[in-house]
Amino acid sequence: MAAVPGSVHDHSHDHDHAHHPTGIMRWVTTTNHKDIGTMYLWFSFAMFFVGGLLAFGIRAELFQPGLQFWQPEFFNQLTTLHGIIMVFGAIMPAFVGFANWQVPLMIGAPDMAFARMNNWSFWLLPPAAILLITSFFVPGGATAAGWTLYAPLTVQMGPGMDLAIFAIHIMGVSSIMGSINIITTILNMRAPGMTLMKMPLFCWTWLITAYLLIAVMPVLAGAVTMTLTDRHFDTHFFNAAGGGDPVLYQHIFWFFGHPEVYIMILPAFGIVSEIIPTFARKPLFGYSSMVYATSSIAILSFIVWAHHMFTVGMPAAGQLFFMYATALIAVPTGVKVFNWLATMWKGSMTFETPMLFAIGFIFVFSMGGFTGLILSIAPVDIQLHDTYYVVAHFHYVLVAGSLFAIFGGTYYWLPKWTGHMYDEKLGKLHFWLSIIFFNLTFFVMHFLGLAGMPRRIPDYSIQFADFNMVASIGAFGFGLSQLIFLRVVVKCIRGGAKAPASPWEGAHGLEWTVPSPAPYHTFETPPVVK
Amino acid sequence: MKRTSVAGMAALAASGVAHAQFGLQSPESPIAQQIYDLHSLIFGICVVVFIAVFSVMFYSIFYHRKSLGAKPASFHENTTVEVIWTIVPFVILVGMAVPATRTVLAMKDTSDAEMTIKVTGYQWKWGYDYLKGDGEGISFYSNLATPYAQIHNEAPKGPEYLLEVDNPLVVPAGKKIRVLTTANDVIHSFWVGALGFKQDAIPGFVRDTWFYAKNSGIYRGQCVELCGKDHGFMPIVIHVMEDGDYKQWVAAKKKEIEASRIDPNKTYTLTELKAQGEKVYQGNCAACHQASGMGVPGAFPALSGSKVATGPVADQIKLVLNGKQGTAMASFKQLSDIEIAAVVTYERNSWANQTGDVVQAADVKALRGGTVALK
Repeated sequence: MAAVPGSVHDHSHDHDHAHHPTGIMRWVTTTNHKDIGTMYLWFSFAMFFVGGLLAFGIRAELFQPGLQFWQPEFFNQLTTLHGIIMVFGAIMPAFVGFANWQVPLMIGAPDMAFARMNNWSFWLLPPAAILLITSFFVPGGATAAGWTLYAPLTVQMGPGMDLAIFAIHIMGVSSIMGSINIITTILNMRAPGMTLMKMPLFCWTWLITAYLLIAVMPVLAGAVTMTLTDRHFDTHFFNAAGGGDPVLYQHIFWFFGHPEVYIMILPAFGIVSEIIPTFARKPLFGYSSMVYATSSIAILSFIVWAHHMFTVGMPAAGQLFFMYATALIAVPTGVKVFNWLATMWKGSMTFETPMLFAIGFIFVFSMGGFTGLILSIAPVDIQLHDTYYVVAHFHYVLVAGSLFAIFGGTYYWLPKWTGHMYDEKLGKLHFWLSIIFFNLTFFVMHFLGLAGMPRRIPDYSIQFADFNMVASIGAFGFGLSQLIFLRVVVKCIRGGAKAPASPWEGAHGLEWTVPSPAPYHTFETPPVVK
Repeated sequence: MKRTSVAGMAALAASGVAHAQFGLQSPESPIAQQIYDLHSLIFGICVVVFIAVFSVMFYSIFYHRKSLGAKPASFHENTTVEVIWTIVPFVILVGMAVPATRTVLAMKDTSDAEMTIKVTGYQWKWGYDYLKGDGEGISFYSNLATPYAQIHNEAPKGPEYLLEVDNPLVVPAGKKIRVLTTANDVIHSFWVGALGFKQDAIPGFVRDTWFYAKNSGIYRGQCVELCGKDHGFMPIVIHVMEDGDYKQWVAAKKKEIEASRIDPNKTYTLTELKAQGEKVYQGNCAACHQASGMGVPGAFPALSGSKVATGPVADQIKLVLNGKQGTAMASFKQLSDIEIAAVVTYERNSWANQTGDVVQAADVKALRGGTVALK
């Protein structure tokens, strides 16, 4: 165990706020994990609204057939930036925000291991966001090659593409720094007595996620750097005429991209695994199999990348291997879902907003899992690849999966962060509107995909009109519902009923042993875990 | 099993959704049939698992709630159960993998085809070359036929809106047809759902797939790989004909191609070139620069009155041949010398441009810089 905790001079509680700058400089120079966690969460929230605004643009154009609002080129920019911003700007930073706030609190550490680097990993993000947003205003507009940035289409893009590449580089550096920090914190700074197998599952999932990030972010950096040199320095990595291979780009991208999918869902599994036992008032069922399942999912995620590429014309042996490996992921994922259900079984459940989001998560994420299983079967995937079925599938796992877990986690820990209880009525309203509009938006996309509507098209034939209208109405409703969430969070920060140290009856874990709001410095003397 | 997906969604259908479709397109080839059955099978399994798993969840939600006085149990492990629910899904997966493997192998078997057609993806149209079998030697382009007025909501949309082309691919029914795909610029993907194939068209590489249409009819699909601006506007239409009709079509098509052949060594007049150039323009340039030559402000430059179309001829030819790096202006090297000569002539003598320049095929040939024209 590191010698850090307790070795510094003892701050007493009345000095809690005495040792840091105030005003804007508090946030710019802060090395406090709670401040940084808060900044990550607000940043991600802001990007969530930017990405949502782009989605509004997409769904407005698709409300009915014909070109209404945008030229096709701009439509492609909207879909591309919607994807990039939601993945790198909204979902990933939100989870890092959770990690910053919760990991030290849950393992009884006073702060993150590399506090100053932590400040850097956050402050890299705003410049990246600025690069992405300003890319709309350069000649030729933002990149329109899809969030996957497939070569050789990327070569045709204007300078907006280069801005996106630099943004991805910066965000990648940020992610890697964050991951190193999380791994070191978890491995070195646990309170005495907290063995790895006693650690909260959220920390476990983040530990595994951080390793995934370190493994694959450099791969993405490599892919986009090769794109950059193909664009400007006359290399031909992806140009067949120069001896390169356009499909090589896809292999490299998806070697990053598939684990990335799990980077965006494993922390969500962790959050849900914290919430369900609390509101079922029962310990998590099958803790160790949860850990093993998470690890197997992570390992399997490295050998399934080519299931995104069943249509590129790989040999039968390749298709079969990637099909079997992909379908296999259903087994550990199934184990996780069964464990959550077994946790609820014979519990004593109540349904506060975090629990609603957690149950909503299981239900809707499972539907995404089922369509994932259907897509894993190569011949069926070939039929559905690059159609709206895929759009439906990944929104079921990413919105209903990651995003709902983020909402659930926010409601769950908001009393700890702010010291106030959130407005339960508004919270529940937010949940119900979100889940209804979410399904309205994305469920019908399954039908669109089966019937043959390709993805990433600004206009469609009239047989797809009805479902697109339904999806657009759902999307507007879903987007507007999020304003309720903003309202709940702001209201909770400003005031409300005082939260006790442990506001949830069934909650266990070190974070509930410190007062609410969590003092600026916690666990200066490490707690002892029995 | 086949109708499960439909039955399950009948409730939604009742809500007034008119001609919406809920399942896969009805299969018209043996492979499409296999895919359809595979999907139905797996979908059925998923529905059963879904109902089983979530009835357990909803049972506990309704009966194991605190408000009903439920006291929490304290169990948190049971190795037997956990082993069972690891093994059972695995067995189900094996059950799904067996028929899927059979289909994968069938889809990959392109041997013994009676006809071979090469499909080339262009931004944004398809090129078809009949390489082997009946109709050998035929080649043509296939462009979106939906008028721009419909797309821009200036005219009512037809029933085949965005799914109609000027020259459909024509094949005989009941024959195994091998399709070679490649692309000229970026990756496209060739897909007709009812016939059960989808194959990416990749520049610099040739991939293959095959299909076998049981019945004659018209089958429609679209490009399914994001390929730039007009990705949504490159439909695929396949006319499957009875053998006799197909033979007639081959004869007629060959005659038509022969008649429209232009002698590249001949010197043409301005009027001839302009007439020919207008066709080339409609097929290749109008999507961006518009039929009016006005372009789309901010996105695609106008040709009418442009510096390029009124400046030195050689610069314009080079631009058409090579495209412009970093913009949507692709290379049009795939066009023949005479086609480029015609379209440049047309552009230099239309709208506000009245240069009077006449460009001949030989001028283009001189600037091609050693690269070989595809046609």
